[in-house]
Amino acid sequence: MLGLNKRDTKFLIIVILLTLFTPFLMQPFSENSALAQFNGGYPDLMAKVAIFGIFAMGFNILFGLTGYLSFGHAAFLGVGSYAAVWMFKLLTLNVFPAIILAVILSAVFSLLIGYISLRRSGIYFSILTLAMAEMSYRLAYSVLTPLTNGETGLQVRPNDPRILDSATSANYPNLFGLELSSSYKWDVLNHVFTFNVGYYFCAVIAIIAFYISMRIFRSPFGLMLRAVKTNQQRMNYTGLNPRPYTLAAFVISGMYAGLAGGLLAAMDPLAGAERMQWTASGEVVIMTILGGAGTLLGPVLGAGSIKYLENIFSKINENVLHDWFSFLPTGLQDAVVWVLSRFTGEGWALTLGLLFMLVVTFLPGGLVEGGQRLVRLFRRRGKPDGGDDPQHHPDPAPHVAE
Amino acid sequence: MSTSNFTRRGVLKTGAIAGAGVALPTIFTAGSASAFTNEPTGSTVKLGFNVPQSGPYADEGLDELRAQKLAVEHLNGGGDGGMLSTFNSKVLDGTGILGKKVEFVTGDTQTKSDAARASAKSMIEKDGVVMINGGSSSGVAIAVQGLCQEAGVIFMAGLTHSNDTTGKDKKANGFRHFFNAYMSGAALAPVLAKAYGTDRKAYHLTADYTWGWTQEESIASATEAVGWQTVKKVRTPVGAGDFSSYITPVLNSGADVLILNHYGRDMINSITQAVQFGLRDKMVNGKQFEIVVPLYSELMAEGAGEAIKGVYGSMNWNWQLDNPGTKAFVKSFGEKYGRPPSNSAQTCYVQTLLYADAVQRAGSFNPCAVVEALEGFEFDGMGNGPTLYRAADHQCFKDVLVMKGKENPTNQFDILEIVELTPRAQVEYAPDHPMFAGGNLGKCNPGA
Repeated sequence: MLGLNKRDTKFLIIVILLTLFTPFLMQPFSENSALAQFNGGYPDLMAKVAIFGIFAMGFNILFGLTGYLSFGHAAFLGVGSYAAVWMFKLLTLNVFPAIILAVILSAVFSLLIGYISLRRSGIYFSILTLAMAEMSYRLAYSVLTPLTNGETGLQVRPNDPRILDSATSANYPNLFGLELSSSYKWDVLNHVFTFNVGYYFCAVIAIIAFYISMRIFRSPFGLMLRAVKTNQQRMNYTGLNPRPYTLAAFVISGMYAGLAGGLLAAMDPLAGAERMQWTASGEVVIMTILGGAGTLLGPVLGAGSIKYLENIFSKINENVLHDWFSFLPTGLQDAVVWVLSRFTGEGWALTLGLLFMLVVTFLPGGLVEGGQRLVRLFRRRGKPDGGDDPQHHPDPAPHVAE
Repeated sequence: MSTSNFTRRGVLKTGAIAGAGVALPTIFTAGSASAFTNEPTGSTVKLGFNVPQSGPYADEGLDELRAQKLAVEHLNGGGDGGMLSTFNSKVLDGTGILGKKVEFVTGDTQTKSDAARASAKSMIEKDGVVMINGGSSSGVAIAVQGLCQEAGVIFMAGLTHSNDTTGKDKKANGFRHFFNAYMSGAALAPVLAKAYGTDRKAYHLTADYTWGWTQEESIASATEAVGWQTVKKVRTPVGAGDFSSYITPVLNSGADVLILNHYGRDMINSITQAVQFGLRDKMVNGKQFEIVVPLYSELMAEGAGEAIKGVYGSMNWNWQLDNPGTKAFVKSFGEKYGRPPSNSAQTCYVQTLLYADAVQRAGSFNPCAVVEALEGFEFDGMGNGPTLYRAADHQCFKDVLVMKGKENPTNQFDILEIVELTPRAQVEYAPDHPMFAGGNLGKCNPGA
């Protein structure tokens, strides 16, 4: 179906089902239980997982396939957001024009940056992209204040022109009148499941993005990109010029980032310069590696786990910890809470760091490799996996192209 | 491998499914039963305290959090009740709000609009809060205020001093107790003119965001009105850390006053470096070089230490004020945390009580009822003297304090002295004053 073989079709259907049932999957604990703290099935988090999933998928097309490690992808995310908010301000609060412009603008922007940065490979490429992104951040932060509203962030105001909107149309980003923020809450068996329009909008786009990235992975073009990663020198000697391929991959991943930026702005119509900062660029690298670079599902898993950690772990403050350990004697309780509170609340990044270290050391293929090992453990067929594995990719090559 | 099956039937089927998919969400929008966002149904009500716990304003955020926890304790009948005994509205009785026990969740704004909105969003969507309080940056306050307006919850701003919060960016669901840059200018300028004369040349270093911009504008216009000249205005990024490259040019600019529109750790760094560069020992144009920090805070003063001796600034409130509300609050805060509260702590504490009081008086958590109860509300006994929540822009009007770094501090908290208590009438302005014009309060939004 849709130009995919049977195995991939099955894979795609599983992904679609997982996405559609996210409101259930991320809300496993009942409302009054002690574990309700760990429920993540609220619209903002679900939409973030989908959006950053798109971002990481796009990044993976560049990094996972060609091995070019870009440290400046957040710049495209930011450009997408700014473009979308400007569309909201000038044209209409309908999300389609905003997202289309976000993708186009980030494509142009990534063509420009890619054209310059791809003259070098390896660490020089990474540094060039990092420098470009930091420049964009500085521009957005102060130089281009009239365009970006600097540190305050670009926002939609009631007195914006919005020439396509009539006086009666919705005041928040919408899908032909249907507000993205509206949701239906289903209260059943002590669980509250939230079905949010914005999440499903992001989810549908994420599925389309996943499909496209799958087609790219399976295409001859994808094969060429892998060739760039495996041995660029040999490719050169064969008489092939890798640059058009890498540039195309760079622009495609830039467009993915722009799309994610546009969706971020659609879910929450504010664009701040911080989302272009180098920490944001680093985050997508971590997402991709954590999930498994070069695999289809890995980046999405990585994005999901990081966003979950960021939103759920950061909420476990000392009060909550004291509640949990109230059965311990006071002195011991304080000690345990003190240690754990370094890893939760605002210290969630420490947990992420530890997790990242463990994954990189013991599961170089990321969470996807962990999953595969588990599956193999349960099958116990003794048959070595490989040949017909849908996740198959060439032998691990150094992550930075040489 | 590639198979395509575009039969007529297939296309029709797909069309039907797509049509059903598009129609589906419209069923969803009608579902909600509650009258407003996060209507509390159980025996508790949740408030969200969204403060910076990291970034350049983190010290302020942590102090705000202390005050908010104290306010919740007092609302639930714990502790000594603090300002509840001095507040002239007596509807709060220590049994929570409308009989519901008050609970709270906290979030980290990181002093970034993006992060603050994300954390506020998860408070509203995941934790079900009815009100968000706190914050220590106007950029953040404006961003979160916009979000609360969209989501249909009340925003009781914490420390935000930009004119825009209740000017250009005012929102019906947002309320500000803290004073603003215009008020600082109106209170400071006469004092500065008296202390330093009327023919001074000022050089502005300004934090590059909404607060810095409006404070620079307000202070420049107020000081120009008393005869000062503005030599130059330079914008610096928030959280810059090193200000030396901005301070060197001041020496050769011919200015004899440096106005630091910085806050938090930025201000600590910039004033310390300015003093290290020997600015305050210089004589320029035959006059002693002076530094002014228009917006002061105890925590900044503590951090800057020696550097702030004799430096003028303004504040919303100070623990040394002599009135019953202040005394009650300082006592319960001091007993609990062993230190006097900062002025941002007082604002967050008062805002939490004011919200609770408005709900109690309105008899409902509905944001629109709360807005109605707060608009035009006159109150006293909260440490600032008689105060008015103006209906036109949701800004509080009260006396403003002009402060000065103490020359001979007796202990680590006794570092600022009150120079003048500027009466409310002197800092009032019309809602359509040019520095505040262009905004639209809009209608209160109950959400749902």
